[in-house]
Amino acid sequence: MNLEFTPEEVEFRKEVRAFIEENYPEHLRGVGAREDLGKEDMLAWHQILGKKGWSVPAWPEKYGGTGWTPTQKYIWSEENARMDTIMPLPFGVSMVGPVIYTFGSEEMKAKHLPGIRDGSVWWCQGYSEPGAGSDLASLKTTAVRDGDHYILNGQKTWTTLAQHADWGFFLCRTDPNAAKPQEGISFILADMNTSGIEVKPIKTIDGGHEVNETWLTDVRVPVENLVGEENKGWTYAKFLLAHERSGIAGVARSKRGVEKLRAIASTELLEGKPLIRDDEFLRKISQLEIDLTALEFTELRTLASEAAGKGPGPESSILKVKGTEIQQRLTELTLEAVGHYGHPYFRGFPEDGSNEFPIGPDYAHQAAPTYFNMRKTSIYGGSNEIQRNIISKMILGL
Amino acid sequence: MDFSFSEEQTMIRDSLARLLRDQYDFDTRRKVVESEAGWRPEMWQQFAELGLLAAPFSEEDGGLGGDAVDSMVIMEEFGKALVVEPYIPTIICAGGFLKHAGTPAQKEEHLNAIIGGESVFAFAYAEPRGRYDLADLETTAKKEGDSYVLNGHKAVVIAAPWASHLVVTARTSGERRDRDGISVFIVKKDADGITTRDYPTVDGRRASEVYFENVSVPADGLIGEEGKALPLIERVVDEATAAVCAEAMGAMGVAHQMTVEYSQQRKQFGVAIGKFQVLQHRMVDMFMEHEQSISMTYMATLKLDEDEETRKKAVSAAKVRIGQGGRFVGQEAVQIHGGMGMTDELAVGHYFKRMTMIDSEFGNVDYHMRRYTRLTGEPAKVAAE
Repeated sequence: MNLEFTPEEVEFRKEVRAFIEENYPEHLRGVGAREDLGKEDMLAWHQILGKKGWSVPAWPEKYGGTGWTPTQKYIWSEENARMDTIMPLPFGVSMVGPVIYTFGSEEMKAKHLPGIRDGSVWWCQGYSEPGAGSDLASLKTTAVRDGDHYILNGQKTWTTLAQHADWGFFLCRTDPNAAKPQEGISFILADMNTSGIEVKPIKTIDGGHEVNETWLTDVRVPVENLVGEENKGWTYAKFLLAHERSGIAGVARSKRGVEKLRAIASTELLEGKPLIRDDEFLRKISQLEIDLTALEFTELRTLASEAAGKGPGPESSILKVKGTEIQQRLTELTLEAVGHYGHPYFRGFPEDGSNEFPIGPDYAHQAAPTYFNMRKTSIYGGSNEIQRNIISKMILGL
Repeated sequence: MDFSFSEEQTMIRDSLARLLRDQYDFDTRRKVVESEAGWRPEMWQQFAELGLLAAPFSEEDGGLGGDAVDSMVIMEEFGKALVVEPYIPTIICAGGFLKHAGTPAQKEEHLNAIIGGESVFAFAYAEPRGRYDLADLETTAKKEGDSYVLNGHKAVVIAAPWASHLVVTARTSGERRDRDGISVFIVKKDADGITTRDYPTVDGRRASEVYFENVSVPADGLIGEEGKALPLIERVVDEATAAVCAEAMGAMGVAHQMTVEYSQQRKQFGVAIGKFQVLQHRMVDMFMEHEQSISMTYMATLKLDEDEETRKKAVSAAKVRIGQGGRFVGQEAVQIHGGMGMTDELAVGHYFKRMTMIDSEFGNVDYHMRRYTRLTGEPAKVAAE
């Protein structure tokens, strides 16, 4: 056991840092949040990484992965966080991609993996339904076989960024008579341009449009879009969720967030002195950083055991719970730090673009919306209550 | 000891609750908040007709002779309906300054117009670099002949876009954070030299950045004694803090109630999610937070007229509990609603947002914890052996 970086790893960090500094699009520098960006800007870095061969580091090398060690991946995410890059969205790279290369046919791999790698195809996730959230297996969307097609009917919800999506992956019920609800589900890919698919926006409490309702009405999908075997979709869905959770800790981004919080707390004043000089506030930053360190080393241990051949297991639930708690506390402390200037609401504002009378410091503008938005993290990807159930059942055997 | 409400207070509560139920449902509120004006002057008139704007003023001042408990009752109902109209800035703050320190002429000029609903006030006290410290002022007022000349920048002045008048705190002498040298003025918002930058707030209200550039205020715009206003400001802000605590306790109760109801309807795994013990206990914790917030709001409200130290301790203790309780109840309400709690469509998220922002009004948890600790931190007279 040791924590030293090898000379090769130090060299790797230099290489990665230089690449990001040289290639990250100028106009996206300093843009911290992707919420208000257009489709092209959200894909820009993904496409640059695709050309470099670095867009899917976690994939097996034969599908385009980089073959990096856990330490290299860790360095990679730190260097990206350092520049606040807009990373490839997870729906293709971390979700459907691994499902396709693990369970899909050769034709399917050949058809879909390149577009995920190079960032030319935008994917969205059709899992949750209005009546099937935490109890995902109770989903009601149906896929009925009709010759060479499945016909999909139902409603999905919380479909993140589906307004831009080219393709979607959907969990559908193919056997309504299965003994257990989990046994009659299939994992089906659909071109979002197929007739019968309708995407309607859901506005969230931060004022943004990130999620959608996706309505499926007699959507005809070729049978070759079925992933793996019919009625085995639950297995693939769980595999995907475990993958989703392992990326969810967001350690490097949270470390960057703490740096920014320190900068804000050094600028804001309390009784004429920097807020960071206040013991009370500083103690909260320290507590956050200590908890983040615990999360970081838990993630490193998890990555190391994955590298030793163990896939992401129920331990990834720890990363999800602790990672999202830290992200939420970070945004909460940031809002606390900005004081009165947490109140102004800036979405679509100011319309006149005038900066003659600026409304508070720039770092305050997104503090409240970001705090509101980040409440989603303990709900999505399997709520934190569900994660605790998983740990209780799968690890503790209760 | 008596925690019951008078007949008048119960009447105010009932008639206000009925008005808000009929005319301030969540969809109506949403339309108002998204409209260009952002509020309803005609609703303000109805508040005037109901006597709400007269409630906490003495009969000789033209009011109904009520007290802080009347304001508490009103603010709790406002909190339940997420009312955006500026009761605290106009009635509690401006009204409070006039009530405690206004000359007969000032009362004559302003109180009738406030009670009648014709004048609307905003309270310009916060500054970009002052945080919650009421004495940390860079805005200045300089005596020139018979008037004062104001210069400075006031931050996040809630309700300023709707206001006809501003109450402004400014330094007439001394250094930036001195307790002495602070004065309070009433200024017409359309006075020469005032510029505002108006904007919506994240919880559905409106506010402004207000800039004063050589704004001339006649000497009769000064409220109270020149340079000695800080104790008066602290008293009024404590009254406003108690009022915002009452608003929070109203909002907290509704958010809790909505969550309990949702958990009884929402089924997952074949049962209502309210059957899961892990959620039951959290909703019980929310309930206890709400109950304790009620207790603390009553306590602080009833101590507003006691000596300065008692009042400050009581108000700070209440605001600490309300800040912590509001945060817990708001976060859990969203969490237990799941994805639905994140939507703009459901009311619960808007209660969460209002409770969040209440923490940073008139001093947040840390500010009030610090004030409480400073008031109580003297070593005991007889040290333990």
